[in-house]
Amino acid sequence: MTTAENGSAVEVQDLVKAFGDFVAVDHVSFQVKKGEIFGFLGPNGAGKSTVIRILCGLLTPTSGGGMVAGFDVGEHPEEIRKHIGYMSQKFSLYDDLTVEENIDFFSRIYGVPRERRGERKEYVLRMAGLEDRRATTTRLLAGGWKQRLALGCAIVHEPSILFLDEPTSGVDPIARRGFWDLIYQLAEAGHSILVTTHYMDEAEYCHRLALIYRGKLIALGVPLALKRDMHSQQLLQLDTSDLLATMQALEAEPGVMSVAVFGAGLHVTVQDATAATARIRQVLEQKSIAIRRLDGIQPSMEDVFVALIEAEDQRTP
Amino acid sequence: MKLRRTRAVFQKEFRHILRDSRSLIMALVLPMFQMLLFGYALNLDVDRIPTLIYDADQSAASRALIERFRGSRFFEIEGFVNSYAGIEKAIDKSEVLMGLAIPRDYSQRISAGDKANLQILLDGSDSNTASIGLSYVESMVQNYALEVRSAGQERLAGMDLTSPVEARLRIWYNNTLESKNYIVPGLIAAMMMVIAALLTSLTVAREWEMGTMEQLLSTPVRAEEIVMGKMLAFFVVGVVDTVVASLVGIFIYGVPFRGSPWVLALTTVIFLTGAFFWGILVSAVARTQTLAYQMGLVSTFLPSFLLSGFMYAIENMPAPIQVITHVVPARYFVTIVRGIFLKGVGLNVLWGEVLFLIAFSSIVFWLATRKLKQKLA
Repeated sequence: MTTAENGSAVEVQDLVKAFGDFVAVDHVSFQVKKGEIFGFLGPNGAGKSTVIRILCGLLTPTSGGGMVAGFDVGEHPEEIRKHIGYMSQKFSLYDDLTVEENIDFFSRIYGVPRERRGERKEYVLRMAGLEDRRATTTRLLAGGWKQRLALGCAIVHEPSILFLDEPTSGVDPIARRGFWDLIYQLAEAGHSILVTTHYMDEAEYCHRLALIYRGKLIALGVPLALKRDMHSQQLLQLDTSDLLATMQALEAEPGVMSVAVFGAGLHVTVQDATAATARIRQVLEQKSIAIRRLDGIQPSMEDVFVALIEAEDQRTP
Repeated sequence: MKLRRTRAVFQKEFRHILRDSRSLIMALVLPMFQMLLFGYALNLDVDRIPTLIYDADQSAASRALIERFRGSRFFEIEGFVNSYAGIEKAIDKSEVLMGLAIPRDYSQRISAGDKANLQILLDGSDSNTASIGLSYVESMVQNYALEVRSAGQERLAGMDLTSPVEARLRIWYNNTLESKNYIVPGLIAAMMMVIAALLTSLTVAREWEMGTMEQLLSTPVRAEEIVMGKMLAFFVVGVVDTVVASLVGIFIYGVPFRGSPWVLALTTVIFLTGAFFWGILVSAVARTQTLAYQMGLVSTFLPSFLLSGFMYAIENMPAPIQVITHVVPARYFVTIVRGIFLKGVGLNVLWGEVLFLIAFSSIVFWLATRKLKQKLA
């Protein structure tokens, strides 16, 4: 129980999972602290779900391992299952059962004591806002409600650790925001949460974030720090009268590392903002392209992510 | 294995069954439908063979012979013709299955005490009916010949002579030799194997397709509890089906029920358990509903109907096939159900079959839980 005592809910050491020749998880190590919302950010197929499935005891690791709630992943998966809640990517409740029946079923499967089941059910219904729909067949619920119910069923036994695998995929933005409010509530109530996502905005809601790409963990840290640490480089926001011509003009320019369309303007990564700003003004003036805006900006999570992935691709093509 | 979790799985599964009304109706109506269809269609009795007669002799003796045929329930005289060609044509057109030709000199030879020949033409394209028909004719003509001969001898000797040896046949268990008595109990057994396996064949595959299996496997519920809970939920349906099928057999077909209903109940429970586990195993292996359904159907229908001894006697099969029949659970249940229905025997006779079914069910249960424990991928 050492890890549980010293404050980590999850500890992963050198985890590797290979499917034949394909290495889905490549020597990944990290820790999730108690009460922390730990995010896994990465494109589809990066290996996020595989890590979660290993930690839930659904897959056996090829090598390396981890501790969840103080139990070894390889040796005591049954013990781990009592202490975790898991929400898989796919909606996974019984849609021919009612809201209440789903909660009752998971409550009994997880071994919630009989005398506590009523109380836990009311808590879940209240938390998910489904008090008025307890007798509704799950199939008839809208996507956002289903997602909240699935979360409710995953926490009915008050697990110390929650694994949420893309919990908000296919849910509208407002419902997503509401869902994250729930995640915060749960973290405040002491649950540790490991959540995967490929939404950048969601990634910024996490306390700490791990970036996963092609099975490798390429960065780990607090979102703000990740953005601050990003590059020795700096980022400029550039709006002009002709974006395409601007891109062509700047691409060959020394000192300009990348130019990417971002919304209605361009994000230009440069080595030195002051020098680059002067140079850009000069180049565009020659081409008679009008500049509407040219400022240094804070990189967004997406900028960080794109930059890191490009760096990774250059290292191992 | 914990009772609480097994019960939770059972109740959930039972709700699925009740709410899927289309499948439920099919599960309850199908056995009755099959019983009626197979029970009537699989009538192996050969009687009222349509027969055409060419009587070239036209004598009192030939008419006496024809009367014999007319009086038998095995033959139905469709008419008379004046030539062989008439018989041939009728057989070619499948209007009759048999032709009887009485030669011109029939009565002459009989009265002279000579050997008279009859010609029987049979449509051999239905070899089963032809051979049974042939044996009817042979035994009838033989009896008739004996009578004719002894009548002649009596006339000569002036005393009552009877054949020195006479076989008195007594057929046990199915004394009227009606094939339905043989078919129907076997049908109940073979059919329940298929229905039970199909009922459970979708359950695990559906959970894989829905994604709920992954969810279940992340909870403390154990594979044994999932398999047992699912099996028990379908059990209720299986028992209803067996009772309905037995009642159809007894009341609609009038098959005698000589044994103990309790022995039938007990053996049915054991058999159904194994068949349900088989469906679950198939479902766990297939992981998609379409594949599971096909695997369930093929793996139960063919063996249960062809290799169980329900339609074809196992003793008549080639030796390698006979060996295979030993692993077909329906074979044992067919023996059990027939034994209980027709012979009225109990566990003192059927224990061997019962032991096999227990072994089958345990092995399949073990395989199914092992398969579920294999996690993902």
